[in-house]
Amino acid sequence: MTAELVRGQNHPLPDTRLELRVAAGHPVVAGATLGDDRGRVAGAEWIAHPGAPVRPGIEVAVTAAAEHRIAVDLAALPDAVHRLSLLLALPQGGSGPARFGTAAAPFVTVADPAGTAVATYTITGLDRESAVVALELYRRQGAWKVRAVGQGYEGGLADLLADQGAPAAADLAAAVLDAAAPAAAPVPPPVPETAPAAPSSATTAISYAHPGRRPAAPAAGPGAVPPPEPPSGPSAAPPSGPSAESRPAPVAGDAGGWSMDERLYNQVWGMFEDLARTVAAYRSARDFADHRLDRAIDQVLADPGTRVGGAGDAARAAARATHEELMGRAQEVLDRDLAQLTAESEVVEPALPAAYARWDNPVWHAYRAPEEPPMAVRLGDLHVPERSALRIPFLVRLPLERGLWVDSGPGRTSAAGLLDEAELRRLALDSAVAHIARLLAAHPAGTLTVHVLDPAGGGAAAFAPLVETGVLAAPPARGAAGVTDVLAQLTERVDLLQMAVRGDASEDLPPGFDPARQLLVVHDFPHGFDDRAVTRLRYLADEGPSVGVHLLMVADRADAAAYGPVLDPLWRSLLRLTPVPDDHLADPWVGHAWTYEPPTVPPGSAVLWQVLGQVGEARRRNSG
Amino acid sequence: MTVNMTKGQAISLEKQGGGSLTQVRMGLGWQAAPRRGLFGSRTREIDLDASAVLFAEKQPVDVVFFRHLVSDDGSVRHTGDNLVGGVGQGGDDEAILVDLQRVPVHIDQIVFTVNSFTGQTFQEVQNAFCRLVDETNGQELARYTLDGGGQYTAQIMAKVHRAGSGWQMTALGSAANGRTFQDLMPSILPHL
Repeated sequence: MTAELVRGQNHPLPDTRLELRVAAGHPVVAGATLGDDRGRVAGAEWIAHPGAPVRPGIEVAVTAAAEHRIAVDLAALPDAVHRLSLLLALPQGGSGPARFGTAAAPFVTVADPAGTAVATYTITGLDRESAVVALELYRRQGAWKVRAVGQGYEGGLADLLADQGAPAAADLAAAVLDAAAPAAAPVPPPVPETAPAAPSSATTAISYAHPGRRPAAPAAGPGAVPPPEPPSGPSAAPPSGPSAESRPAPVAGDAGGWSMDERLYNQVWGMFEDLARTVAAYRSARDFADHRLDRAIDQVLADPGTRVGGAGDAARAAARATHEELMGRAQEVLDRDLAQLTAESEVVEPALPAAYARWDNPVWHAYRAPEEPPMAVRLGDLHVPERSALRIPFLVRLPLERGLWVDSGPGRTSAAGLLDEAELRRLALDSAVAHIARLLAAHPAGTLTVHVLDPAGGGAAAFAPLVETGVLAAPPARGAAGVTDVLAQLTERVDLLQMAVRGDASEDLPPGFDPARQLLVVHDFPHGFDDRAVTRLRYLADEGPSVGVHLLMVADRADAAAYGPVLDPLWRSLLRLTPVPDDHLADPWVGHAWTYEPPTVPPGSAVLWQVLGQVGEARRRNSG
Repeated sequence: MTVNMTKGQAISLEKQGGGSLTQVRMGLGWQAAPRRGLFGSRTREIDLDASAVLFAEKQPVDVVFFRHLVSDDGSVRHTGDNLVGGVGQGGDDEAILVDLQRVPVHIDQIVFTVNSFTGQTFQEVQNAFCRLVDETNGQELARYTLDGGGQYTAQIMAKVHRAGSGWQMTALGSAANGRTFQDLMPSILPHL
């Protein structure tokens, strides 16, 4: 599989013989510099460029071209070479763009000898730069790796070479561009050439460490790459003052994964873990400080000699001062970490795809039914009281491993207590419909079939968007008979699929069998349920997820109290969501209580209808 | 430049040329001593476990070991249990990563211990060492080799503690007995 690199990301190389391909859409000069173990370019003979295209192990093109193919043999490089940087520069004069900001983003591919792409990198974010370091191949503990760099230079090739320590950089840069010039004016045919140039942006200093994950990324094992010094190009101004060096600007998608979808998912979970741990550190320091203060004061009181008088007061004051000082330091660290995570959240949130995004994200307005389901969907937001403005998207993997339960009961929180019962039930239904809409929107057309049980018809108004846009398999089932029918049908489906899976005979399913995943939405439980139906529901909750039958309940547990403890396992097996903010979710690392907030559609927004309309249309196209 | 430490020696963890360390790795390596006599191929597996105990004013606050691989605050991480040792041939068999910048402010000492989980004494272990590595560039800062294994099943290797605005490492190298770090608590306390 091809790894789609983001700036700063590295990737192992399978072979020492590689082909670097550059596609720029406009003529660029490609070159390469060879650096020693400290990244310095010792002299002109360490640079492959149009004026001197052949160096041991590498050959670049002699002209500027819109496409380059550069053959590299890392094994043939001199032993002293520890780094090979691929450079791209815009030819001077001529009709081409004078800066990368006005041209299409160059695209670089690293391919193995068989021509299979190993890693690709699109150099984005360039503006006034006219030369960039696209990527570098570097030795790490005997093996070679590639890293996406994307460091650009406003001062052009001369600045770039000077930054790498090349002697007489300005002259060298002029010579390189001159050598490439003759072919630059007429647009050259896309000849397979060597020497792609490396794009980069000098406007931001790059750190290869992950901003949020810096502390101890799980991937950063003993073999991991230490973060090199950020290139200090002349125009490389750190974005936010002196702290920027230790706290680089975060980038969306800056995490491991093969696709942007997966990277963002991992990044969000990384932020979740970092926030959990940061808060754990703060709480642990706070508890310790409080405990210490109590102990010190107890000690003062326990000693008759200091209980009253100046000595006692002084001891108490000293204990309080220590407490203040400790809390001050803890707060400082917390603020530092939260500022970093907030900055990361600010870049990540707008970059999220629809399935991960809040309903007010503009991405929903451009919604079209996806070709492939995403890794996860967002079921709401999470935050801790220390910084309630910092919201972590609550992403849950697809397919759902557990059923969902939107609790319409009064719950324990003050927010729920302020609302009357009817209002809570209405909110629960609304948020359930928003979850259903999101699940439908996340699935490609025809791969999720939704059944709704609404025995008393109490949810008719809330379910209207689903009914009217035609996204349901059938109208909501009414009455005891409707409940029995749907449950019988789904139970039979689970039985059949389980038999097929066990017998390894999935091709023997009856003709016309709907291959889509099924989502059963249950409203008004246990109204309209007899004992048999309850048993079936429990069976579906237990056995359904493994064969693609999922459950979403909108219920108040108190309504089913008559069943006694028999239903406890059912409620426990479901992921409880609330229609109002409630702190019932624990994280998997330290077990803080997180406040969950359901996703809300902005008031007056038609986004839900619009998205459901798209889903319904895709569904009709698919079946028609 | 590695400092070969002797018992009780302390070194400062300031970087050469100023700046303090941000991330260090405490690596532990060992090999089972060869057995004499018949059936030499029946290798004796020795499971040593590295643990780190975090102290605030001499009270244990958190511990990182093979059953709790990451401290709650995320600053100390164990890379995982190695049950047999010797795989690295001189490399680290178990490692604990410490992000010094993120260690909570009230934690002032981190003590590293090694226990023989399988109960063999250090007489049956050879080439055991612990070393402190600057994780940002892989440079070894200090190495402490266990010499002359004796009739004990645990070692309190070293501690990293706050000194001024930075951190210091002190080699402890004291023998103790116990299967996991809990058994060692009484032996650790005198070193704080």
